[in-house]
Amino acid sequence: MMMSVGNGALRVDLKLIADMVEPGSRVLDVGCGDGTLLAWLGKHKAVDGRGIELSMAGVSAAVAQGLSVIQGDADTDLKHYPTGAFDTVILSQTLQATYEPKTVLSHMLRIGRRAIVSFPNFGHWRIRAHLGLKGRMPVTDTLAYEWYETPNIHFCTIEDFLVLSQTIGVKVVKGIALNRDGRVLPFDGCGPLANLFADQGLFVLSKG
Amino acid sequence: MTSSEPPPPCQARNPLGLTVELGRDRPIRLDCGIELGPVTVAYQTYGRLNADRSNAILICHALTGDHYLADPHPITGKPGWWSELVGPGRVFDTDRYFLICSNVLGGCMGTTGPKDVNPDTGKPWGLSFPVITIGDMVLVQARLLDHLGIDQLFAVVGGSMGGMQVLEWCANHPERVFAAIPIAAAARHSAQNIAFHEVGRQAIIADPDWCDGNYLEFDKRPHRGLAVARMAAHITYLSEATLHKKFGRNLQERDVFSYGFGPDFQVESYLRHQGSTFVDRFDANSYLYITRAMDYFDLAAENGGVLANAFIGTKTRFCIVSFSSDWLFPTVESRAVVQALNAVAANVSFVEIRSDKGHDAFLLDEPEFHATLTGFLEGAAAHRGLPRSGQPHHERS
Repeated sequence: MMMSVGNGALRVDLKLIADMVEPGSRVLDVGCGDGTLLAWLGKHKAVDGRGIELSMAGVSAAVAQGLSVIQGDADTDLKHYPTGAFDTVILSQTLQATYEPKTVLSHMLRIGRRAIVSFPNFGHWRIRAHLGLKGRMPVTDTLAYEWYETPNIHFCTIEDFLVLSQTIGVKVVKGIALNRDGRVLPFDGCGPLANLFADQGLFVLSKG
Repeated sequence: MTSSEPPPPCQARNPLGLTVELGRDRPIRLDCGIELGPVTVAYQTYGRLNADRSNAILICHALTGDHYLADPHPITGKPGWWSELVGPGRVFDTDRYFLICSNVLGGCMGTTGPKDVNPDTGKPWGLSFPVITIGDMVLVQARLLDHLGIDQLFAVVGGSMGGMQVLEWCANHPERVFAAIPIAAAARHSAQNIAFHEVGRQAIIADPDWCDGNYLEFDKRPHRGLAVARMAAHITYLSEATLHKKFGRNLQERDVFSYGFGPDFQVESYLRHQGSTFVDRFDANSYLYITRAMDYFDLAAENGGVLANAFIGTKTRFCIVSFSSDWLFPTVESRAVVQALNAVAANVSFVEIRSDKGHDAFLLDEPEFHATLTGFLEGAAAHRGLPRSGQPHHERS
């Protein structure tokens, strides 16, 4: 387990998220792992941060560095938080592993003023080609699991995500297209190119 | 609350602990309506209180625990129940924190309880001792803090019944608690746990030497009943995996069955030993009173049936810990507390430690658990502005 006290360099995609968080705000990181992002936000942006993490190793690493993290998961625990408790609720690379992505997103925007969500884009041309040409479930760098062992049970494309956001009445404030290393691609995350060429999508949502 | 009383003088530590008489002028009003006072409290401290009195940690003991946290027990001679966690550089760093541990009200290791003499009658209280609650125990601890001149605790920590006291502190004296660590605890005693307690109490009451609770006057002790109570309870502190690993179906000093009712199995012999050693250090009536206090504990019921209401507006930082194989205070009970705290947007951490050692895991060597405690305290200390270990202390001159 990697230990962090918020001093080290953040992964590129986490840094992007971190840059969007307002200093001194209240942040809930859902699926926070060992708390790398929360620690960084605490140190550099003085946020009042909380986390939810499924694994004991992740939670104890986070708590052991003084972070407020509970063992739980997005599907069952978000409903216990009061409305408007946070400024920003973050869900990084976790949406596709939830049982009820729609409910999770709705709860995120109930308990938070805004949500920041990132997920792997199943509409990427390489994935489409993999399935279309090979006829097999894709195993790529960003989706490195065989179908029978993947924790990712609810894949979606960026287009799917945008449709869902509309369905639940959530406003997409910003969309960023990312490559597999988490670097920003030079086109709109909500546009047609993103759905084909972005490995990951990163979205800022607010109440509709 | 008052902090006008002088702090205790810096004196050489007495391994037998300290005692203080509280409530002579202002008796303690118990939940049952009776006013009790004066009350003697036996306690022990470790480390030093800093100049602004901000580094105190109250450690609450479990049902049959006592204030011999890190000093040898005066009767059994065994090391204190959390001695591995207390000391310079340890989880509860005595170079950094001022630790207080007191024997609970109703106990039998120095704090007023049913075995003590009722000043009004000149006889042992026995069953005339008022029935106490977890809230009453905490009220007495709060008076002890007044006496020590401590307005706010840096932290209050405890496992099992100690964890109930921690939750009681947070619910009913929130301004006095900066950080809280309830371990292997619950916000209410479950029906199953009340049931086990009732088995223990009935074993004591069924012992003819209990003498309707007046055994001290007849110079008797209900040893058999108390031992059976302990045996039954002890099973609930372990896990099936622990018992299997430790004893399996192994026979005790024999190769074949005796075809009788002696302790053929090692596990029987072990339990008998647990029972027989317990009676040397514990009072049977104390056992009745303290188990009753746990049974009555229900923070939700006190708050209109909604546990979250117990914590509205709390500023305390919480770290809740459960153990995966604990079936006496299972994780689901801790999770209920976490959910209630989330509902009021409290600052809460929660870890279920994976362990096969059952409820007793909180007293045993569990590195992941200890790392969690250390890290949480470290984080809380930073928020409280306490100097890090190794930094100069602001000690009282």
